[in-house]
Amino acid sequence: MRFAVLVFPGSNCDIDAVKAVEDVLGEPVDSVWHTETDLSQYDCVIVPGGFSYGDYLRSGAVASLSPVMGAVKEHAAAGKLVIGICNGFQILTETGLLPGVLRHNDHLQFRCEISELRVENTDTAFTNDYEKGQVIRIPIAHGEGNYFADQATIDQLKANNQIVFTYHGTNPNGSIENIAGICNEQGNVLGMMPHPERAVHELLGSADGKAMFTSIFRTWGEKHGA
Amino acid sequence: MMIAKIHVTLKGSVLDPQGTTITKSLNSLGYDEVRDVRIGKYMEVKIDTTDRKIAEERVTEMCEKLLANTVIEKYEFELVEA
Repeated sequence: MRFAVLVFPGSNCDIDAVKAVEDVLGEPVDSVWHTETDLSQYDCVIVPGGFSYGDYLRSGAVASLSPVMGAVKEHAAAGKLVIGICNGFQILTETGLLPGVLRHNDHLQFRCEISELRVENTDTAFTNDYEKGQVIRIPIAHGEGNYFADQATIDQLKANNQIVFTYHGTNPNGSIENIAGICNEQGNVLGMMPHPERAVHELLGSADGKAMFTSIFRTWGEKHGA
Repeated sequence: MMIAKIHVTLKGSVLDPQGTTITKSLNSLGYDEVRDVRIGKYMEVKIDTTDRKIAEERVTEMCEKLLANTVIEKYEFELVEA
């Protein structure tokens, strides 16, 4: 299984994502510069965290117009997997691959801490190695993670079971319905504010993010008879 | 040349935590009459055209595609001769 980790000017979690794939799965993974227009050789694309283009205008707005995002749209339309983490989530909403928008945290502070998440949907390619309702510890590090969408969109997310992760206990940013991560209607594009790639070893404070990577690999394996 | 003077602001239904903070700050400075502050962005876009109608169409497109996120923001602009 082949992974691509996109790199924009200002990405800063790309190497963490590469290392997480290497350490957890040992599968091939490439860093892919934002000017690339062909992602056809990859099975899963990770849009990593950071501050692409300095968050100019709105976080994710400029990166969403990069050449590589055209290729990400094609990749997603082909039913292949896309994960956006933190700034990557913001980029996916700006691109329109995921609904809604990530606003400034309601308290206006940047939060960098371990957060507790509840796994709401284990029927996705990204979460099938978790138990439904399982509470996992995954770090967050963001100033703009306050998920917002209009009521019709929220109703749709609920009806289609697209809310994948919610904050458990304290909501660190004011997001609607305590949303921490959502997927698209087809279930092959996931966006989340917390950083699973930073939680792949006990020495990092938590290894709860590992199951995301093993879920992805398992899904791919089942599909490709590996 | 024309200049589009564009204001991007949060829709009325969207809470503005920055505005709330500034409201409180103004109140604490003694401006008790201040009831609400809304924070937005102001942009000036210089456009190489003299055709007002075309400029209006193009700037609307720019706002829809990039300058505003219409999930939470609204925009308005005026065109002036540069």
